[in-house]
Amino acid sequence: MHVAPILRAIGIKNRETCRTMSEATADPRLVAARAAPKRRMRLSWSDPVFRSVVWQIVIVGVVIAIGWYFVRNTTANLAARHIATGFGFIDRVAGIPIGESLLPYDPAVSTYGRALLIGVLNTLQVAVIGVVLATILGTLIGIGRLSKNWLLSRLAAFYVETLRDIPLLLQLLFWYTMLQGLPPPRQAWHLGNVAFLTNRGMRLPELDWQPAHTWALLAFIVGLAGTLIWNRRAGKRQEATGVRPTVWPVAVALLIALPVIVWAVLGAPFQVELPVLRGFNFQGGGTLSPEYFALMLGLVIYTASYIAEIVRSGIQAIPQGQWEAAGALGLNAGQVLRQVVLPQAMRVIIPPMTSQYLNLTKNSSLAVAIGFQDIVSIANTALNQTGQAIEGIAIIMAVYLTISLSISTFMNWYNAHIALVER
Amino acid sequence: MSQATATAEHMPAESQARPPAGIVGPWAWLRTNLFGSWWSTAVTLVLGYIIIRVVFSLFEWGVVHAIWSVPYGPTGTPDTAVCQNAIGIGACWAVLTDKYRLILFGRYPYDEQWRPAIVVLLFIGLFTVSGVRRFWRKELALIWAVTLTAVGVLMWGGVFGLPLVAEDSWGGLPITLILATFGLAFAFPLAVLVALGRRSTRLPAVKLLCVLYVEIIRGVPLISVLFMASVMFPLFMPAGVNIDKLLRAQIAFILFAGAYLAEVVRGGLQALPQGQGEAADALGLSYWKKTWLIILPQALRLVIPPLVNTFIGFFKDTSLVLIIGLFDLLTMGKVALSDPPWQSFSTEVYIGLAAVYIAFCFAMSKYSRGLERDLNRSRAR
Repeated sequence: MHVAPILRAIGIKNRETCRTMSEATADPRLVAARAAPKRRMRLSWSDPVFRSVVWQIVIVGVVIAIGWYFVRNTTANLAARHIATGFGFIDRVAGIPIGESLLPYDPAVSTYGRALLIGVLNTLQVAVIGVVLATILGTLIGIGRLSKNWLLSRLAAFYVETLRDIPLLLQLLFWYTMLQGLPPPRQAWHLGNVAFLTNRGMRLPELDWQPAHTWALLAFIVGLAGTLIWNRRAGKRQEATGVRPTVWPVAVALLIALPVIVWAVLGAPFQVELPVLRGFNFQGGGTLSPEYFALMLGLVIYTASYIAEIVRSGIQAIPQGQWEAAGALGLNAGQVLRQVVLPQAMRVIIPPMTSQYLNLTKNSSLAVAIGFQDIVSIANTALNQTGQAIEGIAIIMAVYLTISLSISTFMNWYNAHIALVER
Repeated sequence: MSQATATAEHMPAESQARPPAGIVGPWAWLRTNLFGSWWSTAVTLVLGYIIIRVVFSLFEWGVVHAIWSVPYGPTGTPDTAVCQNAIGIGACWAVLTDKYRLILFGRYPYDEQWRPAIVVLLFIGLFTVSGVRRFWRKELALIWAVTLTAVGVLMWGGVFGLPLVAEDSWGGLPITLILATFGLAFAFPLAVLVALGRRSTRLPAVKLLCVLYVEIIRGVPLISVLFMASVMFPLFMPAGVNIDKLLRAQIAFILFAGAYLAEVVRGGLQALPQGQGEAADALGLSYWKKTWLIILPQALRLVIPPLVNTFIGFFKDTSLVLIIGLFDLLTMGKVALSDPPWQSFSTEVYIGLAAVYIAFCFAMSKYSRGLERDLNRSRAR
């Protein structure tokens, strides 16, 4: 047991004693005597290492035992019900009718795998658009709550206080029944006979998508990248010389002129398909189903009330002196907000905002209650059709875990990117 | 100071008594808060117009043209013709006066509904008592145990001459409150253990288990945990053992709440200065004594405001049991709406339900904010 100090005392050093010696120039024997003796586990309850090993074995053992008990019961139950385990059902024909999908889908031939993939894409689409819209609305309301105008700030406060306290599911059901109470297509509410709002959703004019549009979009992305690079160069020039080169002509050229030229060169196709009432429903044009519309409305309105509070407290966390100092430098209110306050407030805002984005994504699973076909809804149908309960729930959980981890990884990266660099 | 008094003496008596009119008074208030600038004036006028229009039409719809009761036919079915004619003009609150017992207490036997009513009051009393800081001691756990037992006795019955009522016929507000409160009561000890496990340095395997549990549960939506409870739990049990649906949902809630509360508790443990634990070690206290006597009493006090906020979240989240077919408040609202005569009055029912949720959540969040202010004040001293 007490061999180590003796060994050290007679000159056989381990790594730790070497380090101590290089740090202090004291007598090595004294240092060795002062250093904590290297412990080896004793088979006694008074030894903390022994206790921790025993505790871990006991706790992990209990968890494994419970897990094993569940697994054994489950296999017995599944065998009794003649349900095969495994993900073999993925390749079978699904036969689930899907209203909205971003991929071509035919219930007669498409597999469960494809149906689930469409569900994942629908979830992602709702999450991405929802996050963008909720951030915009929430930021506006959060800033509105700080307005000097009493009426505006009270109204924003009322919005936050009321909508935060109503369960999201109740709000979704409310919006969904409201949308179903809209007039039928024949008496649709319309906007200049171009866009229609009916109890079957929203009908919008749709652009007839041509390859030229794809190229124009690519040109826009290239232009965006170019503008960002130019902007960064301008920043560097400003730091070096004190003179900032003008950015806007380059930005206009790259962001507007370039895509327009690409589009014009490829023949400038522009054909809009308008929705037209035929029989009992509209034909043509793009559709937003009532389910999608209600889900988006509910998610955005509910999450915005939380985001508003985050934005408000983030801005309030910035000391008044920052506003005053920026004002003294001659910046106007908008410039102060954009260039002085928001960059600092972002550091306070990002972490709670991340959890709101995660919440919105997870809350989009409530789509199942109003019949929008996201991953939960499709996996649930698949689960009921095939009886593969465990696999279905495993798929749902795996999808959400992946999305959650991706969002939090990205937001952590962004947070580290904007964090204050101290020394 | 003396200069100010000197100038004041030369002023006429009237202006001495009142501050200048430009700074205080209703007009000055209006000028600074509503008409401070052109921009502000425009916002005030536009918003004022919209608000007045909306409030006025809501008042007309909800009060002036509202219908509070409808005649009943010979078989007891309500005759909703009056309401049908008033759709879009006036609210039909008659649906609430007709159905409020069903919505609040579900299919609980009609003559026994005083029992869930008392249960609701018990819960409100429990929340109120827990909110008073004088009761923040270990005896509070005893109060919770006694109240929750009383809730069980009242709901089930079968003793003290109360007729037995099975869980199948429970419903409405008591279910919402039971899921949220029992969920909190059982998840809390679990959460404390998990939070301690996650911070332990000596037990890496236990730490890993705790991290996995917390991160997996927090990474998936509640609805998937509820699906797991309703579809997978029956498979976990040996053949013949059947757990009630409500109990399964309750277990799912406890597991879910445990992960979120564990993070809240961990926040409190982290906020506690390191020296507290070290001092306890120096006194020679064992791990459990140190945790029970030194760490937890201080750490848990720190986390009461976020705890209340988490609880508000659970309270709202209980509505999700609608999806797995349990009869909570929201589901009972939908059940009430499935009655043919009342089918087209969902707005009124949803507004009524929202009012109940808002009443509970608003009271709790108001309390939590006040508490946060108080605690911060004592800490900033």
